[in-house]
Amino acid sequence: MCRLFAITSKEPLSPMVAVEALDVMREGHDGSGVGLFLRDLGGPFEEMKDAPILSGIFTESGLKRLDAFMMNLGFMTKYKLTIKVPKAPPPGVPKRDIYLIRAYEYPEEWDEMTETEKLRKLVHLRLTLRGMGEEKEDMIVFSLWPDAVMIKEIGDPMRVANHLKLDRKELKARIIMAQGRQNTNYAINLYACHPFFLEGFSTMTNGENTAFVPIKEYLSSRGFEGYTGYQSDSEVFTHILHYTLKNLGFGIEGYKHVITPLADEDLEAHPNAALLKALKHSCRRMIIDGPNCVIGSLTDHSLFMVQDRKKLRPGVVGGKPGTFAFSSEICGLDAAIPDRDKTKDFQPMYLDTAIVGPDRQEVRICRQTDPLPPLH
Amino acid sequence: MPSNRPVTPSTLSVKDLPWQISWQKDKCSLCGSCTAVCPVNAIELGVFRKRYIHADIKPAGSSSTGYDIFYGIRQKTDPAYACIGCGMCSMVCPNDCIMPLKSDEADKLRFHIDRGGQPRRRGGRRNNGASLLDRIKFIRISMLTDPALDAGRHEFEIRTLLGRVLPPEESLRHFKENGWVPPIREIYPLIIGAMSFGALSPNMWEGLQMGVAYLNETLGMPVRICTGEGGCPPRLLRSRFLKYVILQIASGYFGWDEIIHAIPEMKVDPCAVEIKYGQGAKPGDGGLLMWYKVNKLIAAIRGVPEGVSLPSPPTHQTKYSIEEAVAKMIQSMYMAWGFRVPVYPKISASSTALAVLNNLTRNPYASGLLIDGEDGGTGAAYNVSMNHMGYPIAGNVRDCYLNLVRLGKQNEIPIFAGGGVGKNGNLAANAAALIMLGASGVVTGKYVMQAAAGCLGSEGDRCNICNIGLCPKGITSQDPRLYRRLDPEQVAQRVVDFYLGFDTEIRKIFAPLGRSTSLPIGMSDALGVDDRDIADRLQIQYVV
Repeated sequence: MCRLFAITSKEPLSPMVAVEALDVMREGHDGSGVGLFLRDLGGPFEEMKDAPILSGIFTESGLKRLDAFMMNLGFMTKYKLTIKVPKAPPPGVPKRDIYLIRAYEYPEEWDEMTETEKLRKLVHLRLTLRGMGEEKEDMIVFSLWPDAVMIKEIGDPMRVANHLKLDRKELKARIIMAQGRQNTNYAINLYACHPFFLEGFSTMTNGENTAFVPIKEYLSSRGFEGYTGYQSDSEVFTHILHYTLKNLGFGIEGYKHVITPLADEDLEAHPNAALLKALKHSCRRMIIDGPNCVIGSLTDHSLFMVQDRKKLRPGVVGGKPGTFAFSSEICGLDAAIPDRDKTKDFQPMYLDTAIVGPDRQEVRICRQTDPLPPLH
Repeated sequence: MPSNRPVTPSTLSVKDLPWQISWQKDKCSLCGSCTAVCPVNAIELGVFRKRYIHADIKPAGSSSTGYDIFYGIRQKTDPAYACIGCGMCSMVCPNDCIMPLKSDEADKLRFHIDRGGQPRRRGGRRNNGASLLDRIKFIRISMLTDPALDAGRHEFEIRTLLGRVLPPEESLRHFKENGWVPPIREIYPLIIGAMSFGALSPNMWEGLQMGVAYLNETLGMPVRICTGEGGCPPRLLRSRFLKYVILQIASGYFGWDEIIHAIPEMKVDPCAVEIKYGQGAKPGDGGLLMWYKVNKLIAAIRGVPEGVSLPSPPTHQTKYSIEEAVAKMIQSMYMAWGFRVPVYPKISASSTALAVLNNLTRNPYASGLLIDGEDGGTGAAYNVSMNHMGYPIAGNVRDCYLNLVRLGKQNEIPIFAGGGVGKNGNLAANAAALIMLGASGVVTGKYVMQAAAGCLGSEGDRCNICNIGLCPKGITSQDPRLYRRLDPEQVAQRVVDFYLGFDTEIRKIFAPLGRSTSLPIGMSDALGVDDRDIADRLQIQYVV
């Protein structure tokens, strides 16, 4: 069972905050891998919120191929953070050449495009680069998106963080999501590492998604090129989130109704019964059944946590105005925000979605039996 | 037996028959129950004349000879009266002195059962015990990252959808714009399949309906039953129980006059309307209710004369093509109930099933597709149809499901599968295998007859006379002397019993796979089979 930690803070924080929280929860993860997602960045990236940032791992030759490819498209490097690592990695961590975080300037031809078109093209570009990398095994591309950075590696989270010297002043973010891996159902692959990211939506999950194959088949047949990958059964949670919010136009309140619809008798009593019934029927393929705790981040910089219908995975939210954290264990929360009012810690149950909005002032609890906000 | 008895080419001896009656003279009390109960009159009371010889061993002594008679059981060898092995004789025998035994070699009767040039027609079974569904195992049992659920305690919602499901975007658009949303029923994924009205005895029918009503009203299980061709009793049509019934319309349109006349007086809508285009065990044949069963009541409900055989044409004869048939019939059935009742076609599994499915995907009214595999039982099918026609259900359902996946419509047209579900008694495992191969639900008929009414048939060609109205248990007979043997109350109780048993078993399968609130439709990663070719064909795992 993996361990999850996410924090949202008014002041930019070092990713070490999250890694340290994972470290206190180390009994729950086996140190086989770590994934970090940073958004609402501080430091030098603060000044370039609109610039797409590419994060990934490259070999020397892969980097050359990347440069040639991007230059060809007209992308100019605006800022880069190259993590050169010592020759000998710590035990359990593979040897790599370069970890790259690079902000680009859009090509001139893209100026004509709308924001939506640009972002859609970025998805295409990321997938193209990923494909190129898989072909020659010289690049691993995690994200290409404005104001977002992803770092994933095999090995113990703390060792990886020290190895990559993540405690550097250029790398700070107001939203950090981190996952420490405990075993995996599928082959160990960096693309299978949480958190997952698609068009501004990111999630990470603790548990196993038993409905993976039908959900994967369903999403893959939606005709959107971003619904691909699926090295992990948890990647579909990000894509369902994307589908619910982007394609169906629901708010985060709708997500839970898609993945864990209400039982029939509760549905009958719901003020939006007719809508939810239609949703339950038409989104039947996306119902999750496994024990899962999903923590995610939305495009408006809010963080949320939901539980599966049976609530077999723990999860807790707590903090103080300005800083809130989501953790799969209370000790993780204690490590990150020790001075919070612990009586206000909240453990979402099977009907709840806990949301901390971009103002980071409170934890909003949305119960599935509450009326839905009007559709937009 | 006369010494000059005519031995013709088709003279058979007892040994040539598939079943031989073993009768023990010593134990028999000559009560006559066995001959009275035999549905095909294969045995009769016989008077036997026996010669005895008294030979004196003394040279001078005199030997004598004489005759004695005794009474017993004689088995007929006329093909028309051949024993069917039903075993009713042993069921009624007070002294256990009689029972049919299966011949130790292939019978010769099969060459002579076509008297008058009529090949044998039989009901029900292919006489082939092999079942691919029985070979499939559920291999994805969550042990560590996802502890198996407790089948007895966790919340379960075992429901499936019958009806056209709109894609999410479309569904929301219709919701916002107050558009017409196709009717959808949430039902239990095991449906009692179509068995023609008139084929089943009144007691069997009543028992099934009572069982279904109890399951729905008292136990809250939304079980549905299909009428089969032949209509529906007028009282049921006008009762609140109609909502548990799927009305079938087939190419003979039998009973539809009655149904249409009842529409204005219906208190509730039927669950759905099934348009039958084909039957799994006799694809290309229409249904056939043989004249033995067309009594006054059945004739009245079906709207036909008494005592005539009622064949349905193989397809709906007024339609030019399947596209037209499906489109027009579905639409007219929708209109009949004000677009409130789902309508779906039933076809035989065949290599052209995909064509029908592809056609349905473009018909916004089609509510589903029921595919009946070669193991689907049916009364009055020719031997050659039963034995050699048809397509196995597993591969056909899988092809259709994967085709929907490619089209991105796997949520939209539910596929129901029938034919061989529970053939060897493994109802829940077979149903779960079909669901994980891509079916939204399954239908079963033969299992119901066997479990709820004690049908004596077996895959060893036992009984198999469902078609001629002589069912020894009174399940498929319109003869009161036979169907009085069946108590509807007991049938109802057995229906409830086996549904509850099925429900427990299906949970025992779903729970360890980690599924409880949504059916694992298409969860093919959970399936394994011990044959490489089958695994490749079904796109599931090969396990040994």
